[in-house]
Amino acid sequence: METKSIMIVGVGGQGSLLASRILGTVLLSQGYDVKVSEVHGMSQRGGSVVTYVKYGEQVNSPVVTEGEADLIVSFELLEAARWVSFLKKGGHLVVSNQQLDPMPVITGAMQYPANIVDTLTGLGIDVTAVNALELAEQAGTAKASNVVLMGVLSKKMSFDEQVWIDALTACVPEKFLELNKKAFALGREVIA
Amino acid sequence: MKKLMLGNDAFARGLYEGGCKIASSYPGTPSTEITEAIAKYDEVYAEWAPNEKVAMEVAIGASIAGARSFCAMKHVGLNVAADPLYTAAYTGVNGGLVIAVADDPGMHSSQNEQDSRHHAIAAKVPMLEPSDSAECRDFAKLAYTISEEFDAPVIIRTSTRVAHSQSAVELCDREDNGLKAYEKNPAKFVMMPAFAKKRHVVVEERTEKLIAYAETAPINRVEMNDSKIGVITSGISYQYAKEALGNTVSYLKLGMVNPLPAKLITDFAAKCDTVYVIEELDDIIETHCKKLGVNVIGKELFGFIGELSQKIIAEKILGKTAETVTYPEELPIRPPVMCAGCPHRGVFYALSKNKCIVSGDIGCYTLGAAAPLCAMDSTICMGASISGLHGFNKARGAESEQKAVAVIGDSTFMHSGMTGLVNIAYNATNSTVIILDNSITGMTGHQQNPTTGKNLKGDVAAKVDLETLCKAIGINRVRVVDPYHLAETEQAILEELSIEEPSVIISRRPCALLKHVKHKPALKVNADQCKSCKLCLKLGCPAISMRDGKAVIDHTQCVGCGICMEQCKFGAICE
Repeated sequence: METKSIMIVGVGGQGSLLASRILGTVLLSQGYDVKVSEVHGMSQRGGSVVTYVKYGEQVNSPVVTEGEADLIVSFELLEAARWVSFLKKGGHLVVSNQQLDPMPVITGAMQYPANIVDTLTGLGIDVTAVNALELAEQAGTAKASNVVLMGVLSKKMSFDEQVWIDALTACVPEKFLELNKKAFALGREVIA
Repeated sequence: MKKLMLGNDAFARGLYEGGCKIASSYPGTPSTEITEAIAKYDEVYAEWAPNEKVAMEVAIGASIAGARSFCAMKHVGLNVAADPLYTAAYTGVNGGLVIAVADDPGMHSSQNEQDSRHHAIAAKVPMLEPSDSAECRDFAKLAYTISEEFDAPVIIRTSTRVAHSQSAVELCDREDNGLKAYEKNPAKFVMMPAFAKKRHVVVEERTEKLIAYAETAPINRVEMNDSKIGVITSGISYQYAKEALGNTVSYLKLGMVNPLPAKLITDFAAKCDTVYVIEELDDIIETHCKKLGVNVIGKELFGFIGELSQKIIAEKILGKTAETVTYPEELPIRPPVMCAGCPHRGVFYALSKNKCIVSGDIGCYTLGAAAPLCAMDSTICMGASISGLHGFNKARGAESEQKAVAVIGDSTFMHSGMTGLVNIAYNATNSTVIILDNSITGMTGHQQNPTTGKNLKGDVAAKVDLETLCKAIGINRVRVVDPYHLAETEQAILEELSIEEPSVIISRRPCALLKHVKHKPALKVNADQCKSCKLCLKLGCPAISMRDGKAVIDHTQCVGCGICMEQCKFGAICE
C-alpha cells in the first residue's frame, strides 16, 4: 500500500507526544511499517508544534511535507489554519475548538483570525470541529483533550476500537487509564 | 519482537547490546534522550557531567581503564569537548569509545547550524551516520567493534529527524566481554611531544586503513536500479531521497561519512549518467567527489541552509510539486514563549521595565529575548553571558556597569559560567550577574545537575551551594530573591547595579513544570474592575489575553503564580 500520512498539530505542552505514541502503537500492532517524528526542545515551550505519523509497507522519510497529509488532527484552531497547506486534496481535518492566543495576538501586534472553521470548510476541506476541552473536562481533566481527539480520529480510521484501547493501555500510566478511556469514548461519540 | 523506538532510545539500546559500561554526557537537544535511556539499564553506569568536555574526558578515562564507554552531546557541545577529542584521536582507545553528536539542521532548538562532520575530519576519527532508529541501534554496536579494531574513538552523527523520530527496531541480547586488561603505556596515553609525534604517524596510517575499510564496509551500500540517475547520500537525506525518488534511481548510501571511500564512489559514479549528492548542511561528500574528479550536482541545487525533505528533492530533481490549499489570510506566528508560571518572567520583566542591557545565555530563559519582554541584547554560547558582560563593561566602564547584567541558568552556570565569574572577580569589573536558579536543566526536558542535589538516576547526590561558591570565587555581594515577588526582584537588581563592586543575584524558584511543584488554583479576572489598561499583558504570560476589551486568564494554563496580581494596579485579578 501507499504510505499514509497523519499530522498532529497544536501548541507545545498540549500533549501531542502522547497522542502520537498512541497512534504509532495502534499502527505498529496492525503490522505496518511506522515512523513518528516528534518535536522536543525549545518549540515545546508554547510554540507551534507538529508531529508526523506515517505508515505503510515501507516508510522512508519521517516527515510530512505540503500537500501530503491524509489527515490532520489539530489541538487548536489557529494551528489548523497554519498547517492546512499540508493536507492532501480530499484529506480530513479534525480540529479542537480551543483558541489559544499566540504572543503576537496577546501583545496586540496581530488579530486572532475569525471564523477559522468556516474558512477551512469554504476551502473544500472535510472539517470535524470538536469541543475537545469540554469533553475532556467532562472525563475528568482538561489535560485529556489529546485523548478525546484520538477518539475522534479513531472513527476516521478503519481499525477496531479494541486496538485503540490496547494502545491506550500500553501508553498511559495505569492510574490515569480509566479517565483516558472515558475521554477516548467521548471522542468516539462525536462522530455518529 | 519489533518495537517502535525513538532514534535516541534505539541508540541507547545499541550501546547496551554492544556492552557499554560507562556513559557520561551533558544534555543537549536533540541528543539528550540517549543518555536518559541508557541510564535505565542497570548494567551501565551513566551520569550527567557538568559539561561536554568533562563528559568526554570521563569517557576517555573509562576507555583507557578498559571499559566500553560513551558520551553524548549536541553539535555545539562537541566544540566544548573538542580539546580532549582531538588528542584522544592520537591516543586511541583501550575499551571501545563511542561519541554521539546530534546536529540540528533547521535549528529547531539551537543557536547555530554547524555541521559536525568537520570535527571528524579535523580530529581524524571515523564517523558513522545512521538514517533511522534501526540503524541507530546497529551503528552504535558496530561503532564499538570499529573503535577497538582500529584503535580510535568513533563518532556517530545523528540529526534531529533521526534522533527524534520513532521507527521499528528489533531487539537483541547484550554482549558483555567485561573490562579489557589495563597496562600502563605512556607512549600511547601520555601525549607529550616526544610520544605525540609518534602517535600522529599512527593516526595517518589508521586513516589509510579506515579508507580501505570504507571501500567494502557493508554500511556503505550500493542500491543499483535504473542508471540514468545516481544519488550519493547519507543519514536522513537518504530517507528523503528514497521517498522522493523511490526505486527509479540508483543509490550509494554512505553509513560511514569519515573517512569517505574513493573507489566505491568512482565506480558507482561511472555506472550512472548523472550523479547527485544529497546531503544536509555542508558540502562534505560533494567536495570529496570533486577531489576525486567525479562530476556531481549538489549544493547548486540544494544549498547549505536548513533541512532537506522529500518535497525539496522531488522539486529539484524531478520538477514535481504537490497540489496544496492555502489559508486565505495572513496568520499570526506562534513562537515559543516562557510558560505560564515560569519563574524567569519576574526577572525579565524587571530588566525590561528598567531598559537594562542583558547579556544572555543558553536555556529556556533565552526566550526573554522575545516580545513583549525583549530583554536580551546578546546570546552566543553556553557561559558567554558572564564573560561577555565583563568584556562589555571593560569596554564601556561605569556607564554600562550601572545598566548591564548577565543572566544565566543554574545548569549553564555549572557548565561554563563559573569560570567567567572567576574572571569578573579576578580582573575586577563591577558586573551584576543574575543566576536564574530554577533547580533543573529546563529546556532540554528536566535533567538533574550539580546544583539540584540529585544525580541522573534520581538518587541523592552532593549539591553545589551557589551562594558559598560565588563567595569563594571572590564575590562579596551575593543575594537571593524570589522572582514571584516583582517589587523585591526589581529592587535587588537596581541596588546591585548601582553598587560599585561585582555582585551576584540568585533568582531562586523551581521550574513550574517540575512534577513536585504544587500549583495554586488558576487566577481569575474580575471584569468589572478591569480597566483594560493592558499592564498585565506586558508580562508576556501566555495564559493572559484580551477578550471583548477585558483581560481574561486561561484556566488550563494558569498555575496561580500571582505576578499578574501584583502587577494589576486595580485589584482586578484575584484567586
